[in-house]
Amino acid sequence: MATVRLSFSPAPVHVRTARLVGVAVARRAGVAEELLDEVRLAIGEACTRAVALHRQYGLPDLVTVEMSDSDSYAVRVIDHAPIDASIGLAKLPPDELADESLTDEALTTGVGFALLAGFVDDLQVRPVADGAGTEVRMVWPVTRR
Amino acid sequence: MELSLATRTVDEHTVLEVGGEVDVYTAPRLRERLVELVDAGARNVVVDLGRVEFLDSTGLGVLVGALKRLRAASGTFGLVCSKEPLLKIFRITALDQVFPIYPSVEAATSTPDDRDGSGPTS
Repeated sequence: MATVRLSFSPAPVHVRTARLVGVAVARRAGVAEELLDEVRLAIGEACTRAVALHRQYGLPDLVTVEMSDSDSYAVRVIDHAPIDASIGLAKLPPDELADESLTDEALTTGVGFALLAGFVDDLQVRPVADGAGTEVRMVWPVTRR
Repeated sequence: MELSLATRTVDEHTVLEVGGEVDVYTAPRLRERLVELVDAGARNVVVDLGRVEFLDSTGLGVLVGALKRLRAASGTFGLVCSKEPLLKIFRITALDQVFPIYPSVEAATSTPDDRDGSGPTS
């Protein structure tokens, strides 16, 4: 069961709010201070991905972020885009990053995934249980006080 | 903190000082400013990330876009960054192999001859 659940309309301006809430809950849950920058970045990237997909498909549905701190700090970012969950999950090789043929969208998507994979040790991307959509699940250890 | 942008000229270079958070919401303003600079004739552009508190993939995409635009115009593009958390972002994405990254504006705006220690050519 989620400790905190946040849903927001798929607009870029709300991604910052999701980051701020995600970090506040992480701190409260006992995630080590030195990991909070990574938590902020990873939640931001997962939400940016969800917002981009909803806008791409013209979906007004809310993006949901669920934070739970039972044994560890687990964050699930849920979108409802009708795509294969694995799309866009490829790290781009350095020689392709500044290639003229690479679109800005493809670059941002590839770089976003590289950041998620690079900053989150425990990362899962899978289809949602019901209907269309993807769940990005990230887990960080907590230190009990 | 909101995005802040300030431009100044150092020798032949246009230095854009960026501060605050560069994310999916604010990155379009950074892109607009960089496009304006290039359209106005700037060919040696340095983006100083010294006061940036947050940078995500959208911001990185804007910086790559500027690099490509200046390459196409036979210009140069460099970054100033000395904060370890930001440098880690460039390493993880392999963009440290794409951008020239300097520790200071002075290093970024000195001529190549200055940088290799042989002094300016007359």
